[in-house]
Amino acid sequence: MPRRPGGTFNAASTADIAFLLLIFFLVTTTMDVDTGLARKLPPIVQGPEDVSSVIKERNVFVVLVNAKDQLLVEGKPMNIYNLREEAKEFIANPLDKEDLPEKTMKDIPFFGQTAVSKGIISLQNDRGTSYEMYIKVQNELAAAYNELRNELSQRKFGKKYDDLIKEQADAIADIYPQIISEAEPKNIGGK
Amino acid sequence: MSKFKKKKAVGSQEISTASLPDIVFMLLFFFMVTTTLRETTINVMQKLPGATEVKKLERKSLVSYIYIGKPRQNFQTLYGTEPRIQLNDAFAKIEDIRNYVISEREKVDENERTFLTTSLKVDKDTKMGIIIDVKQELRKASALKINYSSRKVSQIED
Repeated sequence: MPRRPGGTFNAASTADIAFLLLIFFLVTTTMDVDTGLARKLPPIVQGPEDVSSVIKERNVFVVLVNAKDQLLVEGKPMNIYNLREEAKEFIANPLDKEDLPEKTMKDIPFFGQTAVSKGIISLQNDRGTSYEMYIKVQNELAAAYNELRNELSQRKFGKKYDDLIKEQADAIADIYPQIISEAEPKNIGGK
Repeated sequence: MSKFKKKKAVGSQEISTASLPDIVFMLLFFFMVTTTLRETTINVMQKLPGATEVKKLERKSLVSYIYIGKPRQNFQTLYGTEPRIQLNDAFAKIEDIRNYVISEREKVDENERTFLTTSLKVDKDTKMGIIIDVKQELRKASALKINYSSRKVSQIED
């Protein structure tokens, strides 16, 4: 059989083979994206705790979760689906109610003198609470803050909170600071 | 006009595809290197809870993982069915967390240590007791940035 002139072998199929391998790797390896709720733990307090700053009752939004995954919010049982609205009302206190948190005037860039709520959310759960419920509660509380921030951001800048530049985002975070305090766990419901 | 005609005459030439495989192989190697095949085999059951407000976890090299959940079926005879902690490849005790955090901290550059995040990958049926203990231990080790790993869902379900 006569050899072909030039003697090059047909490389056209190598590309196909390589493509096949490439697609195989693209499909099988997972670039699994890790998502989750980011939180910051409080540092450990050395020595006796500072009790000089007593927080008024109206400024605290108490969320309790028991071992049966039931919610007790501000002394009354509540469904998880109502928690977000309730938390939003507490944080924003739009009607300046007496039993909802006080506000202090603060000078904030872009906004000028603004009333900032002194509200703190206190979350306490039992050792028997399920992790799923805990995440749900954390999620709803985070959602309450995020919704308020988004609403304000839309009103002021016409953009979503996540799309703002850093200075604007910081200003909004100053107006609605996310303060979720987790009390030291209690063991009431047993294991 | 004549210029265009001349070009057409030469146009019968094919583009050399000889370099195409090389390009594709390069892509292939790129993907083989960058995508991570899971390094640790997870010995605990993992069904992550769903949440709507999740954020993406950036900079994987600065993340250390703590897995918590019931041991998998083939480990249950040895470790029981109560939720256990897994660090790296092995089951661990609560007291091991501090050493784990310290060794993870040693691995990264000094000026990046403040960005270290601990990702808690916890099965959703776990009770909070063990998680509270883990969190206390993390506080003692001053690894304060944590991330509750959860799936993105459009709405929380029962």
